[in-house]
Amino acid sequence: MASVAHSAPETHTPDEVVQPLIAPGNSYKSITEKISNVILSGKTPMFWFFWFSLAFLFVNILGLSATVLLLIGTGIWGVTIPIGWGFAIINFVWWIGIGHAGTLISAVLLLLNQRWRTSINRFAETMTIFAVLCAGMFPLLHTGRPWLAAYWLMPYPSTMGVWPQFRSPLIWDVFAVSTYLTISAVFWIVGLIPDFAALRERATSRFGKVAYGMLAMGWRGSARHWHHYEIAYLLLAGLSTPLVVSVHSIVSLDFAVSVIPGWHTTIFPPYFVAGAIYAGFAMVLTLGIPMRKVWKLEDFITMRHIDCMAKVMLATGLFVAYGYSIEAFMGYYSANTYEGFMISNRMFGPYWWSYWSLIFFNVLIPQLLWFRSIRANIPALFGISMSINVGMWLERFVIVVTSLHRDFLPSAWGMYYPTRWDWGLFTGTLGFFLFMMLLFIRIAPIISITEVRALFFETKHGHRNKHGTEEAAA
Amino acid sequence: MAEFASADELVAAARRTREAGYRDVDAYSPFPVHGMDEALALPKSSVPLFVLLGALAGTALGFGLEYWVSVIEYPIMVGGKPFFSWPAFVPVAYETTILLGGLTAAISMLLINGLPMPYHPVFNVERFSQAMTDRFFLCIEATDPKFNREETKKFLEGFHPYQVSEVEE
Repeated sequence: MASVAHSAPETHTPDEVVQPLIAPGNSYKSITEKISNVILSGKTPMFWFFWFSLAFLFVNILGLSATVLLLIGTGIWGVTIPIGWGFAIINFVWWIGIGHAGTLISAVLLLLNQRWRTSINRFAETMTIFAVLCAGMFPLLHTGRPWLAAYWLMPYPSTMGVWPQFRSPLIWDVFAVSTYLTISAVFWIVGLIPDFAALRERATSRFGKVAYGMLAMGWRGSARHWHHYEIAYLLLAGLSTPLVVSVHSIVSLDFAVSVIPGWHTTIFPPYFVAGAIYAGFAMVLTLGIPMRKVWKLEDFITMRHIDCMAKVMLATGLFVAYGYSIEAFMGYYSANTYEGFMISNRMFGPYWWSYWSLIFFNVLIPQLLWFRSIRANIPALFGISMSINVGMWLERFVIVVTSLHRDFLPSAWGMYYPTRWDWGLFTGTLGFFLFMMLLFIRIAPIISITEVRALFFETKHGHRNKHGTEEAAA
Repeated sequence: MAEFASADELVAAARRTREAGYRDVDAYSPFPVHGMDEALALPKSSVPLFVLLGALAGTALGFGLEYWVSVIEYPIMVGGKPFFSWPAFVPVAYETTILLGGLTAAISMLLINGLPMPYHPVFNVERFSQAMTDRFFLCIEATDPKFNREETKKFLEGFHPYQVSEVEE
């Protein structure tokens, strides 16, 4: 498919002709300038200052909530028996899910030769790194004393001779999430090297020249460098692709390996992975829509990109909806009393509001994406992506809380009430995420300059196959 | 060193330079130009081999660690499961495979390319800074057996490039 698209212009869809991936009237020079001016122009929009201050406030709330937690203990949270896993795990799964669009856009779409990924991959990768950082905080804090938890989690030769339990999905999580963070960061940094070289040449201040010079590590765009670089980048993509699927599958095994009704289901791994991509794309749109407007990047993040992302959201949203219906169907079809009770309790028990809001935000509202006019309507898309962000958070709330609060023995039933510290940590990580994203926008190219240039070259010569420069040279 | 305004000219010049018998030739471009590898007849990259070795080492280390911890060093009987319950060891071994494979991909790429490199003579050419924006450069190095200051300069001028400049050491 991919090679066909490269060699024959006739296979381009009408959409692609109408809405190019890079707005017309650009050149290598204008691409470089427009993207690097976000950093080097010296002008910072008021928008940035406003959100940066707000985010900074929430970073402080995060610091305060974490400090109080470490001083007093997890008793300040709403978690108790029967609900031993409250906001911490909900937020952990939610944030990891948001991180998934980054690797998906970067790696999976790279391997599938989807050229529309080019303008959004850097931005999505950045989102991945910071979202995984936010996610990682929760399980660490959930242990109450992270400095003691180290020897339960990481296999290092401590004097106590105690080792982690490798049969536990929680340990799989430690390996999956830390590998995911490391490999995403490596992928991101490798992608940034040539862009830092471009910034090095364009920076006007002495500090900028030195800083970007060090980050670029002496990159000089030599053909020999590109030769090894491209294969390394492709291999990293190849390694990240199964990684992204494995991470959320392993996260889902935290639940599925247990015997709690509502958790012990084989559909969890694919259903969680689809949900993660769904949440991730929603967050890319939530952040990308204001960003392209404020920094005038509409030339590179075109309506075609937005349309593609909306379609991915629609598809993954349907997978997720299928997951919900299978859960309901299994409650009925398995003829298992506890499964049946679990699903009716979800729908009509004390947490009925969370289940029905989930269906509303995550299943009903996104159906609007079927309409081409909605996919072309920026405010509507922003609203839908916000709705999905909320909906995916509710999904994790429903899975965690409604399954735990009424399990096998009615005498062990209870309710879960999050405290102000639960909310403080959650909103604090939201602030931290925004804070890091805003900082990144100011110091590194938010769109890959190198890849947009390569795409520009390719679109100029749409009729080429991969080695087609030979034809032109002859 | 010759400066070109388009990637196609660069590839064409690189091929003809190679055909003319020059061997120590390098091309510089702001993005990877397809066809350049063939034009310069670059040997196959050894990065994939290193990645394979790295990934296999990751599997061996991950699985070996789990076996050693769970069977030899710290065996705990849980629910009557065998100490060597290998299916439960797959996820961690899988993650370490990817971890080491990915790290070798990045590190071997940098090492093979000789990065980080704080100094390189090509940066002495003033207009070379354009190589990071929209210019394409072809450089015949002085170490080339066929290199001759005057002839090489004339040869490069034969391509009608934007400019030919000399790289100072």
